[in-house]
Amino acid sequence: MIVTVEHVTTYHYDRPVRGVVQSHRLTPTRFDGQTVLDWSVEVSEGTAGGGFRDGAGDWVQSHSAHGPLSEITVSVHGRVQTQDLAGVLRGHRERMPAAAYLRDTAPTRADVALTELARAAVAGATEDLDRAHRLCAAVAEAIAYRPGVTEAHTTAAEALRLGEGVCQDHAHALIATARVLDLPARYVSGYLGGEDADAQGAAAEAAHAWAEIWVAGLGWIGFDPANACCPDARYVRLGSGLDAAGAAPIRGVARGGATERMDVTVSVRATQQ
Amino acid sequence: MLSRTAENLYWIARYMERAEKTARLLEVGARIALMPGGIDGYRNEWDALLRAAGSAEGFHAKYGDAVQRNIESYLFFDTDNSSSIASCIGRARENGRVVRTALTTQVWDALNTAFQELRELQRTPRSELPLSHMVDWTLRHCAQVRGAIEATQLRNDNWDFLHLGYFLERGDNTARLLDVKYFVLLPRLDLVGSGLDNYQWTTLLRALSAHRAFHWAYGGDVTAHKIAHFLILNPQCPRSLRTCAQGMSDHLDRLARGYQRSSVVQTRARTLLGELAEMTVEDVFEEGLHEFLTRYIAEVGAIGRLVGEVYLSGDIR
Amino acid sequence: MDAFFNEMFDGGQVRAPYARLGDWTGSMPDELRHLKQAEAEALFRRIGITFAVYGEGGDPDRLIPFDMFPRVFTQAEWRRLERGILQRTRALNAFLADVYDRGEIIRAGRIPADLVHRNEAFEPAVMGIRPPRGVYSHIVGIDIVRTGPDDFFVLEDNCRTPSGVSYMLENREIMMRLFPALFRENRIEPVDGYSEALRRTLASVAPRKCDREPTIVILTPGPLNSAYYEHSFLADLMGVELVEGQDLFVEGEFVWMRTTRGPQKVDVIYRRVDDHFIDPLCFRADSMLGVAGLMDVYRSGGVTIASAPGAGVADDKAVYCFVPEMIRFYLGEEPVLNNVPTWQCGKRDDLKYVLDNLADLVVKEVHGSGGYGMLVGPKATAQQVASFRERLLANPANYIAQPTLSLSTCPTFVEEGVAPRHVDLRPYCLVGEQIKLVPGGLTRVALTEGSLVVNSSQGGGVKDTWVLAE
Repeated sequence: MIVTVEHVTTYHYDRPVRGVVQSHRLTPTRFDGQTVLDWSVEVSEGTAGGGFRDGAGDWVQSHSAHGPLSEITVSVHGRVQTQDLAGVLRGHRERMPAAAYLRDTAPTRADVALTELARAAVAGATEDLDRAHRLCAAVAEAIAYRPGVTEAHTTAAEALRLGEGVCQDHAHALIATARVLDLPARYVSGYLGGEDADAQGAAAEAAHAWAEIWVAGLGWIGFDPANACCPDARYVRLGSGLDAAGAAPIRGVARGGATERMDVTVSVRATQQ
Repeated sequence: MLSRTAENLYWIARYMERAEKTARLLEVGARIALMPGGIDGYRNEWDALLRAAGSAEGFHAKYGDAVQRNIESYLFFDTDNSSSIASCIGRARENGRVVRTALTTQVWDALNTAFQELRELQRTPRSELPLSHMVDWTLRHCAQVRGAIEATQLRNDNWDFLHLGYFLERGDNTARLLDVKYFVLLPRLDLVGSGLDNYQWTTLLRALSAHRAFHWAYGGDVTAHKIAHFLILNPQCPRSLRTCAQGMSDHLDRLARGYQRSSVVQTRARTLLGELAEMTVEDVFEEGLHEFLTRYIAEVGAIGRLVGEVYLSGDIR
Repeated sequence: MDAFFNEMFDGGQVRAPYARLGDWTGSMPDELRHLKQAEAEALFRRIGITFAVYGEGGDPDRLIPFDMFPRVFTQAEWRRLERGILQRTRALNAFLADVYDRGEIIRAGRIPADLVHRNEAFEPAVMGIRPPRGVYSHIVGIDIVRTGPDDFFVLEDNCRTPSGVSYMLENREIMMRLFPALFRENRIEPVDGYSEALRRTLASVAPRKCDREPTIVILTPGPLNSAYYEHSFLADLMGVELVEGQDLFVEGEFVWMRTTRGPQKVDVIYRRVDDHFIDPLCFRADSMLGVAGLMDVYRSGGVTIASAPGAGVADDKAVYCFVPEMIRFYLGEEPVLNNVPTWQCGKRDDLKYVLDNLADLVVKEVHGSGGYGMLVGPKATAQQVASFRERLLANPANYIAQPTLSLSTCPTFVEEGVAPRHVDLRPYCLVGEQIKLVPGGLTRVALTEGSLVVNSSQGGGVKDTWVLAE
């Protein structure tokens, strides 16, 4: 498939700031499942800083602008040719040891309920791959997709208690349950294309997130509990981290005490070749 | 130099100058209390002094009516009052501690000694502390810090930022004190020469530590014109607005030469100085003393802000 | 007292390094000694060298007690120590370079993967990033204790930002002022080359994008930090700016500092701020001490951070047990300096041994420092031992245990005259283009009779440390 992405993020400041520093993870991952046809990241203000490939194989590009400025826009346009690898991250080069993804972070810390969910889901399973699939299904069932009930800082434990959330909450919950079972797991940010424009939900989650679980022998495998499936040719992978904050496509800090407001528009279309 | 270092040096000077001003105001207040006259008169005077110290609102919120003993505590010891002598010396010393390596040992010693002795004073019962002692103590330490700076600091940009702080603060103080009492200087024939008037002028000159210098400089009868000239336009008076403008401009020019870069702040300071150099007292009264002082205070404020933008933010390109 | 090695007296004999010091103390009447002690204290106060202790409150301008009786090593003793320290420092840096790259030592099964990868101090953000010259820890402080003429043990390693070097320098300054004659009679190796060596070390690890004489700064958390004096002292000696986070900002590919002449590029940052506070964009978003975007500049080769974030994984107390193994693995050598035998309470057998012998052991928290959260078995009351046992059982992996070491003693001035007190040693090793050790270090002394805790936060003092020239 060919996935076409248009992703525009504008940050507005209620009063001019002295400067903005951003860290972008906005370049599609290099692995067998995707080939970039064309891709551009443009920022309305300032200059690109250093770029580098981090230990997890993601391209990180820093960007900064000096003020005074009241808004800054990051525009991503591009097309990626994709292939369905049933979620397997084949041909991806990275230095990070899988065990580094066993550590907890605040949003992925398992409470009693998450621990019980994990244990119950895998009861009787003998293989890690099977366990991972069962966890994904269990999280999909335990947390219904519903935008607006959770926010950026909601933890996996809170989302499970609510029984509702968005893709970020699903991913955090899956990561938390996997780590309970000593399966390394990480957060992945990317895009999800809809084939028809009115596929409700899919459009709202075009800027998407899912999780990857390490299965010995196979490597990293993607699981999308929000859609109860493994990433296929409709998905474009950007980068990963221990949690949503660690994998964020754009991280930024503005100097000068202004209140920030963010506008995002995303359109992702997946078309057959 | 690190912008923050420049900022710390600049504030050491501003706080020390502010402490000195507060001490002089206290001294004047004490003298008023010794004058014959109605209670209300004193109260008005104290109120004017509190306003000149920039401490009127805070004082009234805390104590209500102006009672001398409360005013003394508030202006000297109260760390809730950001203009109190204790606050100023504490902050000057804290700024000095942060930039310890930019100061000579003598300057640091002077700042630190003032602070350590202040802590002693704070532990001393007030009954053993006559006001005159507190005032003398403050003036002495302010002079020691200033003297150590003059005698031992390298004449580099550290030196310029210290002096920018001193001149900016001093010019602002003189203008505010004049403004609080500006009506005394309005040429109203009926009052000139009366006893009340005399003592109000003296008060003003004393508050600026200028009553003896004034006579040396002018001689003859005290007139509103002479006083205004002395405190605003006379380049010999160490606290006149003209002297302070000259100091600011000189030190800004030195910085521009040293950094080989001039900016809007130099132009602004030079313009202010040029205006004061050419002005006559008649021009001042023509404009209106209060209006002129308001404009001057705003102008010094603007120069202060520009110093911040150009040198202390570290953001200019 | 006989159980402890006395560094000055061997039976009735004065050991060689201290040969000339016997006369010195003998010829010093009490009055003179008190006078000199007062003079030393006045000097410290005037210089402003003070030390605030975390969690103790009280006077932030407190002095660390300075003992005038020097601690002395012969050239031969020092050479052996030096060999051991340099060896250990090389191995620690080789370990860091390895675990943030391919992790050969883990693949070879010489150290458990979990110990490294699940360690709090392991920093994923520096994975795969090769710092200039491959150096991660540029200033390594190694704490050493002595138990006999030839028996030295490493107590712990400090690979992040070991403090105390200002005391090494100031102690010497003060001794030279108080007792110039001693320095004429004894030929003592100088330590004052340290600051220049530190500056050169930092300059030698300038980032690859730096094409001129590098600009070095020291990054401090600010005047409220207990080691602020040291930060400002070192900046002054090296002639570099002492900056706080707010003085720096990231723009384009570099880090800049705000100066009165406008932004100036910074190439090497000797930071005395903990990992998690140096960049709110990468680590703790609430940090006010750091510089937003610093890690991206670092990882793309625009600035050097000394020590590298994540260097702490090498000085963790659980990783400590494997340092001899690192020496064998990376250098193909046998360790010159031994570790203190250590039981890891996370292991079942070790825990059992520790619980059975709690009253004889020293038990420490794996991540603790400064002498807090530890149990000195032989000095503890039965009740203290009992309550520590509960804490230990609640989280065994958080603790290690070591035998109570018979720390050597050094003569020390006390109320009654001169008496032996227990000492340790922290030398400071610099790693850049070259690896360098100044002949000396910080000797800490437990001033309370019989006490084995030398930490300044627990009532310890400091001494000048001499290495005699040949």
